[in-house]
Amino acid sequence: MEFHTLTAHELLPLIKDGKAEPLQVLRSLEKRIRGVDPRVKAYVRFHESLEHTEAKAGEGVLAGIPVTVKDIICTRDFNTECCSRILEGFRPPYDATVIRKLKEAGAIILGTKVNMDEFAFGSSTENSRFGPTHNPWDLARVPGGSSGGSSAAVAADEAIISLGTDTGGSIRQPASFCGVVGLKPTYGRVSRYGLIAFASSLDQIGPITKDVRDCALLMNTISGYDPHDSTSVDEPVPDYTAALTGDIKGLKIGIPDEYFVEGMDPEVKAIVGEAIQQLKKLGATHTPVSLPHTEYAVPVYYIIATAEASSNLARFDGVQYGWRAEAVKARGQNLIEMYSQTRGQAFGDEVKRRIILGTFALSHGYYDAYYLRALKVRTLIKNDFDAVFKQFDCIVTPTSPTPAFRIGEKAADPLQMYLSDIYTISVNLAGIPAISVPCGFTRNGLPVGLQILAKPFAEETLLRVAHAYEQSTAWHTMKPKL
Amino acid sequence: MAITKQSIEYVAHLSRIDLSPEELEKFSGQLAQIVAFIDKLKQLDVEHVSPTSHILPIQNVLRQDVPGQSLPVAQVLADAPKQQDNLFAVPKIID
Repeated sequence: MEFHTLTAHELLPLIKDGKAEPLQVLRSLEKRIRGVDPRVKAYVRFHESLEHTEAKAGEGVLAGIPVTVKDIICTRDFNTECCSRILEGFRPPYDATVIRKLKEAGAIILGTKVNMDEFAFGSSTENSRFGPTHNPWDLARVPGGSSGGSSAAVAADEAIISLGTDTGGSIRQPASFCGVVGLKPTYGRVSRYGLIAFASSLDQIGPITKDVRDCALLMNTISGYDPHDSTSVDEPVPDYTAALTGDIKGLKIGIPDEYFVEGMDPEVKAIVGEAIQQLKKLGATHTPVSLPHTEYAVPVYYIIATAEASSNLARFDGVQYGWRAEAVKARGQNLIEMYSQTRGQAFGDEVKRRIILGTFALSHGYYDAYYLRALKVRTLIKNDFDAVFKQFDCIVTPTSPTPAFRIGEKAADPLQMYLSDIYTISVNLAGIPAISVPCGFTRNGLPVGLQILAKPFAEETLLRVAHAYEQSTAWHTMKPKL
Repeated sequence: MAITKQSIEYVAHLSRIDLSPEELEKFSGQLAQIVAFIDKLKQLDVEHVSPTSHILPIQNVLRQDVPGQSLPVAQVLADAPKQQDNLFAVPKIID
């Protein structure tokens, strides 16, 4: 049986009733990966089999379900390299909290990880030392990023469920480009212990799945307080699957004017417009709202995210783990030369650009003009959302202004690449949760995503709305031809 | 602020990143463009706005100072590019 095509919630009863052995599920996935991954290239360091993966179903709510993990989340004894040369060969001595929780729920963690932009710096998965991942719907196009490996693997049935991370849209934008579901939880909802830090005031781990029910299932397991992460919040974790009632009658939706402006692909605009009409048919009402500081979100983000990254990535210096540059001079190196050569040779272009930009924004004489100013504008962006959520249950927007772009199209122009995250970045700055759910296809057969935003810790609202929409359409049942 | 090759070279040094002359050329141009874009923020009056460094209403998170279990030294050193006498080994600090 083609177990790899199923969702976790379809597999769970089969495993429970003995109709599917976890090893059979894993073999089915392995065969699929061998068949299509030479073209999709979602997995990194995959050699012939899911080596090291232990196909033992534990007890628990995800017993026997294989989970595909982005290369930025620490997995004990399995390489975790952030798709960077500087972490070559790094095998973490411990599991991230999300991995520990998944294992305790009986899930099987795949021993080979999925591709991403190096250190999650990017929107296309082209900035990986292993080369780009290809979009399963059109192999000449990017899968989005930075969680492009996770999204492509789920879309191509090379994964059942996957974990990604989202700092400025890195779960939602690739989910949208690949026609799958991706949720960025509220800041503090999911522990980041064992997540290699990019921008600590923005990063969150979240699910990338084939449908909304799987997303809710995964949220049930990974959410919650963790003493190892002082930014995780001690809020009770509800049963998110209970929110999937199918009923959104009376739901109040805000549609921000600032998100439907020039630069938006006309097909995306039309498709998202139809999705909003569909929500109306299901009993929701929608009203135009304003998020007046939207246009400042991208510049604020590229100050705050790079400033935090420049500090977080200081730990990669060739001393404690990963790769070190050998002495290039006969007399050997001193310590500072070793740092600079290691970092100069092992980091890719985008990593160097962001560390330099972040260091600049924090440097003496520019701190007030850039960093402090960005933190203040962040307050204005957050206030915009607070005001809307006083009157509305959620906000609906496109996830991205365009469908997946061509590989190489934006690679030489970092600023154009940054602007592809224009609809996702504000969410991270405001710390609120958001989901991307498939809402149609362009004439060229490229998926388009609908983004739903809600106030902090209102993941149940997101899942309820996304599920009601998804179940009233057939988009989630479409599969790419590979 | 004008982004020049000199200023990028200086910040790259602060960041402990060796850049080749070609990289310096390329990044100076790209970063100048990005900083020009970021300068958009100067349009806003933020004098009376307080900064948000993160969105949670928490300040300091304290815990009891009790010793816990640490990872075994050998396991931690196993990932190091170079080790000696149960320590991380680095090049000479003083010439």
